[in-house]
Amino acid sequence: MPEHIVEKKTYYAVFTGLILLLAATVALAYIHLGKLNIVAALTIAFIKATLIILYFMHVRYSSRLLWIFVGAGFFWLGILFALSFSDFFTRGWLPLPTGWE
Amino acid sequence: MPDHSIALAHQFDDIEQQHESAALGMWIFLATEVMFFGGMFLGYAVYRGVYHAAYAQASRHLDVLLGGINTAVLLCSSLTMALAVHAAQLGGRRTVVLFLLATMLLGSVFLGIKGLEYYHKYEERLIPGSHFEFSGPNTNHAQIFFSFYFVMTGMHALHMIVGIGIMLVMIMLTWRGNFSAEYYFPIEMSGLYWHFVDIVWVFLFPLLYLVDRS
Repeated sequence: MPEHIVEKKTYYAVFTGLILLLAATVALAYIHLGKLNIVAALTIAFIKATLIILYFMHVRYSSRLLWIFVGAGFFWLGILFALSFSDFFTRGWLPLPTGWE
Repeated sequence: MPDHSIALAHQFDDIEQQHESAALGMWIFLATEVMFFGGMFLGYAVYRGVYHAAYAQASRHLDVLLGGINTAVLLCSSLTMALAVHAAQLGGRRTVVLFLLATMLLGSVFLGIKGLEYYHKYEERLIPGSHFEFSGPNTNHAQIFFSFYFVMTGMHALHMIVGIGIMLVMIMLTWRGNFSAEYYFPIEMSGLYWHFVDIVWVFLFPLLYLVDRS
């Protein structure tokens, strides 16, 4: 048997958790939290994604080498977002130098 | 059912190595998919930062009920997919086919609901272009939101259609007896793809439907 077999009840538990988190994200969206609304929505989405990756996609039971491959994809996504945001959201911070208007 | 010597491709030392190679290759592909969807999420985020008011207004035109039901449908399909892989690991054939069929069916329900939503948007003239109509001061900015909505959910739906095609192939291969408790990797790799598409929707749903509901 080449791989660890996850028990069925683990899948059912993860699925229940995902449905509860879906209900939570819809409910929280209707409560006024200001800027925290998007923080709450994204936090729940990240938890859901992590549950799916670790259990449904068996990453939790996989080798360290696979962890690196999984992490690399999301690490590069982090670079894409970090560098782009540091450009777009800082553009208004300094006035344009004269002659560029 | 193939015996060990048939299941093990000759370039691998053992079946564990073959299994890990399949998983690593699949995750390299998924990394490219992360970047593919990541670019669209980035564009979405940058414009959301600039045109937040229009995003909030436009997002209220999406149907939270249908979107929420679709999220639940997709999560159910991920469960049936995980159970199909589980059954495959135990060497089942009929159970694998049944769970794969359930996954396909749930995927089709998702696409049906998505199509219904698209039709509603068409009727409300919310498809970007010359017939776009939006009451409010931010018509052009709302059009940007709907462009992201259609491109992102459209690419996601395209991935779902491909996924349903993959399930069909897996059902035929399973039925023909190509897999066993020792060699079920194609089913597991198809599962990785299906779960990835599910994860994309897990982010799309709150970002598109729940921008500013409070």
